[in-house]
Amino acid sequence: MAINVKVVNRPTGDVSYVRSALKGMALTFKHMVDPHKVTIQYPEEKHSLSARWRGTHRMLTTEDGKAKCVACGLCPTVCPSNCIKLVPGEDENGNRYPLIFEIDEFRCIFCGYCQEVCPEEAIHLGRHYENAEYSREGFVYDLERLTAQTHPVTELWDPEDPKGQ
Amino acid sequence: MSAPVLMLLQVASRQVEATGTGVFLISTLVKMLVVFTIYMVGVAMLTLAERKISAWIQDRHGPNRVGPHGLLQPAADGLKNIMKEETYPDAAYKPLFIIAPAMAFIPALTAWAVIPFASPLPTRWGLIPMVVADLPIGFLFILALTSLGVYGIVLAGWASNNKYSLLGGLRSSAQMVSYEIAMGLSTIPVLLLAGNVTLSVIIDQQAHGLYNILNLTIAFFIFMVAAFAETNRLPFDLPEAESELIAGYHTEYSAMKFSFFFIAEYANMVTASALMATMFFGGWDIPISGWENAAPYTALKTVATALMFAVKVMFFIFVFMWIRWTLPRFRYDQLMSLGWKFMLPLALGYIVVIASVMLGLDASGIEYGPLYGLALFGVNLALVMILFVMVDHGRIISPSYGRLDPRELEKLRGKRQRSALARRPDAKPAAGPTKPAATAGVTR
Repeated sequence: MAINVKVVNRPTGDVSYVRSALKGMALTFKHMVDPHKVTIQYPEEKHSLSARWRGTHRMLTTEDGKAKCVACGLCPTVCPSNCIKLVPGEDENGNRYPLIFEIDEFRCIFCGYCQEVCPEEAIHLGRHYENAEYSREGFVYDLERLTAQTHPVTELWDPEDPKGQ
Repeated sequence: MSAPVLMLLQVASRQVEATGTGVFLISTLVKMLVVFTIYMVGVAMLTLAERKISAWIQDRHGPNRVGPHGLLQPAADGLKNIMKEETYPDAAYKPLFIIAPAMAFIPALTAWAVIPFASPLPTRWGLIPMVVADLPIGFLFILALTSLGVYGIVLAGWASNNKYSLLGGLRSSAQMVSYEIAMGLSTIPVLLLAGNVTLSVIIDQQAHGLYNILNLTIAFFIFMVAAFAETNRLPFDLPEAESELIAGYHTEYSAMKFSFFFIAEYANMVTASALMATMFFGGWDIPISGWENAAPYTALKTVATALMFAVKVMFFIFVFMWIRWTLPRFRYDQLMSLGWKFMLPLALGYIVVIASVMLGLDASGIEYGPLYGLALFGVNLALVMILFVMVDHGRIISPSYGRLDPRELEKLRGKRQRSALARRPDAKPAAGPTKPAATAGVTR
């Protein structure tokens, strides 16, 4: 016995290396022939996302293709990570619209406050997660890019269980 | 073929053993090339097989991106390893550092020279035996070569000048030396039964009776366990022991030199599997049917027997992988006590038992054949029952913990108490909280 190895005196009657090894091998063999594998073949196959998944933002548009945003300034105010840049403009009819609307997805913590606070239901988080870029600048989504997103938007609550019970 | 070469080839009867230097040289060369090619491709594919089997066992898919079902993965791995940078540690002893991977690999490859892999092939120059070199000392040659395999590992560990590598090398030398003895002794009954050390005779003996797995079951178990230890596969992979020694003896190796150790491991595995198939499962003999080793040899028989041999070898390779992905590594003291305290006495005792049974059978005038085999099988069945069912209750096989004799335990406790008593007068007053009584002892 090696020095300082903790020795446990176990009952010898019910301990067997051979039989437990065979048992283990039966188990691994069962798993080997089992056609059910847990791997998801990622680029081809994707995880189904929850309806409440909060991912890449998306700006919804009116029927004429313009962003719904009225540049009220609530979302940059509520944003805890200060990732929304909004410069409001006003057209000749007095309607406000965003001159610049940028979201830095790299700073964003995907809390969903912007979607919650938006009075026009314009800005949404989306059920989407594949936003890799080669530069930090690439993560700054401008209005054009936000309106161009097509993925489904996040439900802030489960429609079947609105109170979250 | 040029005229002088043709002159060396004497045309002979197809069913008579080929003679003549020319035929010998050319056929040996061709066999070497074929065996080497198949062996190397096989070893490459085994790296894929290992990853696939491990994946399946762990409910994964395994590599499936390179080529159909990942079949080109070995090629991609090989290419990557060739392109990678070869690093040399400053403190390494370069000559041995470079030569060690080759030394690990060559013995495993060379051992294949004496393993017969199919029934003789009839050609217009006579029968060509399907073995690269049918050495009369076949099995001794293998024993000699496989013990050389340890040099590659030990020298790699030493030449790296790295503590982990050195520990890996030391462990492997201790392990391989310990298990070599059990391995050698476990094959004595095989040699007793065959009365010869030529592998083709051992196959022939099994073809005309029962396979040695039935004749000599216990010897097979000892040989298999020893083969696992010799090839450094789990549960005996202490020389590399990722969790303890990073990568053991090949910690400092990179690129193709690392790859060579990898290839050597698989090559050793194939050789060990081929040996198990040859010595205990009848080699290239097709079970039950006596068709393939009867006189008129044909090319079809050669192909069929070669396939049979491949199936047997692959089965053992699968067992190697299956066990690797099932069993955890032994602790070092378990390894040593299994080798020296269990396998060695068992192998020795088994030689005595088998020799006595053979003596008894010979004395009672039973010829070698199925009946002889059945008698041996009966003895083995009894031994297996005794060993693995009756005696195996944590007494012999289980090395998963060390048992302490109660008397030993009392002695240790006594010693502890005495030393505590002896210390008491020297102890300064109020030197801290009093320790609990020293009964905790080793059994804690």
